[in-house]
Amino acid sequence: MRLMPWLHCLRGVVGRELLRFLHQRSRFLAALVRPLVWLFVFAAGFRMALGVAMTEPYQTYILYEVYIVPGLVGMIQLFNGMQSSLSMVYDREMGSMRVLLVSPFPRWYLLVCKLLASTLVSAVQVYVFLAIAWWYGIQAPPMGYLWVLPALLVTGFMVGALGLLLSTFVRQLENFAGVMNFVIFPMFFLSSALYPLWRLREGSHLVYQIAAFNPFTHAVEMIRFALYERVNPEAILISVAVTLVLLALAILGYNPSRGLMARKGGGD
Amino acid sequence: MKDSPTRDGDAPALEVQDLSFAYGGRPVLEAISLAIAAGEFVVLLGPNGAGKTTLFSLITRLHDRRQGEIRIGGFDVRRQAVKAHARIGVVFQQPTLDLDLSVAQNLAYHAALHGMGPGEARRRAEAQLARVGLADRRRTRVRRLSGGQRRRVEIARGLLHEPRLLLLDEPTVGLDVASRRDLVEHAHRLCAEEGVAVLWATHLIDEVRPGDRVLVLHRGRLLADGTSATLTARLGVATLGEAFDRLVGEEAPCD
Repeated sequence: MRLMPWLHCLRGVVGRELLRFLHQRSRFLAALVRPLVWLFVFAAGFRMALGVAMTEPYQTYILYEVYIVPGLVGMIQLFNGMQSSLSMVYDREMGSMRVLLVSPFPRWYLLVCKLLASTLVSAVQVYVFLAIAWWYGIQAPPMGYLWVLPALLVTGFMVGALGLLLSTFVRQLENFAGVMNFVIFPMFFLSSALYPLWRLREGSHLVYQIAAFNPFTHAVEMIRFALYERVNPEAILISVAVTLVLLALAILGYNPSRGLMARKGGGD
Repeated sequence: MKDSPTRDGDAPALEVQDLSFAYGGRPVLEAISLAIAAGEFVVLLGPNGAGKTTLFSLITRLHDRRQGEIRIGGFDVRRQAVKAHARIGVVFQQPTLDLDLSVAQNLAYHAALHGMGPGEARRRAEAQLARVGLADRRRTRVRRLSGGQRRRVEIARGLLHEPRLLLLDEPTVGLDVASRRDLVEHAHRLCAEEGVAVLWATHLIDEVRPGDRVLVLHRGRLLADGTSATLTARLGVATLGEAFDRLVGEEAPCD
């Protein structure tokens, strides 16, 4: 059977990512604590200051904690995607990226396997977070938890591909702090993760425009609608399109003859 | 990965023709041509910075903006990448094992990357580990192995998919004398018993045995190709060390 070797390859890459994840319990804990702090401390504190009026997809007035949950889901995925980009940089230094790339499978396939693996790891984290939020009292319709899965896959690929693309620019681990400051934080804060867009517009038109343009906003809205069993075609369309473009660029970046790998050479 | 059309047969395990590569406008490799037959042990000898790692990167196609041809078992690494890649095993200069995973898990990962199912992967891993004398270490975390043992695991991994060509990039770096000797011996045995061609890159002259074929690489150019005996005879010197010094000239002494 011709298909089996491809599946074995996928199984191997995903299995390794999960094993590594299990071995890095502190990373898992950190990834979980971060959104929980936002939920329990930040959102609880802002609950009074920021009432959220009725907005789509919510049927009633909601508490700020309820509003912020999909944004925090996006945050988990954003950090996870960037972390796997960090591991790409780290991996490349350690040489295990080389191990991946000398596999006889086409490079685009290897990178897609790698992205799927990190996306699944982030989905596990998201579901643990959603379970805690459920226990805390933030409950979406039961089927919403199933609906959200495809949205998680798209978002995971989007931020993962972005991370991959960045990893072709970032040569050294130290530069990753810059990625945090100039990519992760702006993407998160200049989006609809913490405040609805219409509220941003009241504050500053420029910030509103940036946020409306930010693909992460659309990913978060896609997650938000899916969690409440609704479809937001615009958000889905934009998210998928951005994901495909980023994926293509990342694959190009790892192309041995055209990409940035070649420009940087193997001069070590 | 099974394949139908062949060019393996009597094709050289590795064939490089007029290979040139420049990095940042500076030539790193210039018009390299060489061929290695199946089951041949060849030492690629050159000082640090001679271009050995670059040559390996081009053969394994980590990058390939270059001129010239590279074929593995007759398969072009660019146009028939899948078949060419399936025939190469690599031991990189830097350690590339996952330290937190067990020996078996590391090998299983590599087997999966070559499209092997779990059963086949386990059988081959056991056979290769037995060969390098680490059969009882299957479940040990790599972190707890010595440097020499890790290298042997990497060789076992490089051979897991039964390649025709095994590339080793300075595999003895950081090893003690006894482990170094063992490794050199092991690589020779592979050639004799398995018919695997081995290209062994090093800057250490004492790793060359009298009968080994030696390629001397210096500043991106191939200066000599022959057994160490013929090299010394040709240059009229007593040892390979002297021959090497004569070839690379006064600059860049080799330790």
